[in-house]
Amino acid sequence: MIDYVTEPLQYSFMVRGLAVSVLVGVMCPLIGAYVVTRGLAFMGDALAHAVLPGMVVGILLGFGLIAAVPSGIAVALLIGLVSRRSGISEDTTIGILFAGMFALGLVLLSASTGINVDIEDLLLGQPLGVSQSEVFVALALTGVVVMGLYFFHHQLVLTSFDPEGAKVVGIPTNLIDNVLLVLLSVVIVVGILAAGIVLVMAMLVTPAATAYLLVRRFVTMMAVGAAIGAVSAVMGLYLSYHLNIPSGPAMTLVATGIFMAAVVVRRAPRLSR
Amino acid sequence: MTAKIASGPGLTVEGLTVEFGEHKTLSDVTFAVGPGTLMGVVGPNGAGKSTLFNAIAGLLPAQKGVVTIRGAEGRRSRALAYVPQRENVNWRFPVTVLDVVMMGRSCDLGWFRRPGRRDRELVQVCLRRVGLWEQRAALMTELSGGQRQRVFVARALAQGADIILLDEAFSGVDVGAQEGLVEVLKSLRDEGRIVLLATHDLTNLAERFDQLLCLNHHVCAYGPPDEAFTPAVLEELYGAHGVHYALTGDRFEEPGA
Repeated sequence: MIDYVTEPLQYSFMVRGLAVSVLVGVMCPLIGAYVVTRGLAFMGDALAHAVLPGMVVGILLGFGLIAAVPSGIAVALLIGLVSRRSGISEDTTIGILFAGMFALGLVLLSASTGINVDIEDLLLGQPLGVSQSEVFVALALTGVVVMGLYFFHHQLVLTSFDPEGAKVVGIPTNLIDNVLLVLLSVVIVVGILAAGIVLVMAMLVTPAATAYLLVRRFVTMMAVGAAIGAVSAVMGLYLSYHLNIPSGPAMTLVATGIFMAAVVVRRAPRLSR
Repeated sequence: MTAKIASGPGLTVEGLTVEFGEHKTLSDVTFAVGPGTLMGVVGPNGAGKSTLFNAIAGLLPAQKGVVTIRGAEGRRSRALAYVPQRENVNWRFPVTVLDVVMMGRSCDLGWFRRPGRRDRELVQVCLRRVGLWEQRAALMTELSGGQRQRVFVARALAQGADIILLDEAFSGVDVGAQEGLVEVLKSLRDEGRIVLLATHDLTNLAERFDQLLCLNHHVCAYGPPDEAFTPAVLEELYGAHGVHYALTGDRFEEPGA
């Protein structure tokens, strides 16, 4: 049994993969707490797909997947801008830009010859393929996200709960919403390293939603979500290694299993309070 | 809380006009409220009550007109607090009663400072004022409509506001709880604060409010409820249908509401 845990650790790619997975498992639910409570799941899914062209360009230029961070931020802000200006509802705007950007990414990918990236790795996640520099960049970006959430906590919470009241006390709510979108884009790009484009959404939403069922306060929800996310990511990666299945689906299944268990527990008489 | 509210000018609105495209939502609205007034703003849905509050609170630009708060013209002021319509609050967001009232301190705390002991003491005083200290650990979703409104009033007190705007404060609040809310608001009025409450509920207007602003895109009447709320004004607000209900003494139901 202990070998099951220690045996893969002799490979440095596994250690790097674990490091990235834990970072992703922690940072996704931290921002995911806002995604769940503000109904931003579709936005998150869209951003994950819309960063594909940025990733392809990043790989072509030799910067790696992390190069998609600026393009993620650009898409997030563009969605906000287009939906405010065009008078088209936000979810329609998201749908249009999401599909358009994803299509552009697929075209770029198939048009670039000699690119040594498997589309499947991008879609499903391949944390065992990350380089050491990518681990450090992921660590730094996790730090950025945690600091951002800490410094803007008050403003983010007030804006999320009562946007009008926030405006009245002088909080620039548009700016705060954009801060949240920027942090969300950063999290998604790093999350794709571990869980892939299609399933990063699961890391973003599922552990945070599980925590939402189990605890009462928002900050506790962030903490419990991060713990569930880290456990899901690590267990998922081990399953992926031992069963030879892609890591994104493995992590997603673990997180979904924990969520289902929480639904069952939640139906039992409430223990907290 | 020891009441130390400035006397002198309260809130004045002069010639306020707000347009959305071609459509004039508010046209030449003028009134003045002195300290220690509980004022009702009544009118049908879409009469511009929320627009008026948004303009006073500085959330909406006005095409014409001036809003003066405590003698200072047209800028956002922490002397003013806003209790949102319940449709505009994200009830999915898990915050406790204590969290919400602490939000009232965010003005003073600025961007990066955390609340300290004085803030927590003040929050406790404010929650006791509205009779909800015992419920401080409850989630907002677990409270009744009337209790939620009182939490927002406590938040306004924690902010140190002496002008409080409540938008559709009676919607989703049963009649008994409405009276409880009015009692709290009257005690704030007695300290010299100005309270504006928008509602389309026309129950007990005379007992509830010192002043009444009857609004249907323009000011139909303004004054003490007995003088302002005449059958002619009622017809101007709601049409002949509304007059019928008012005169037969039936509980007023807004047409199409």
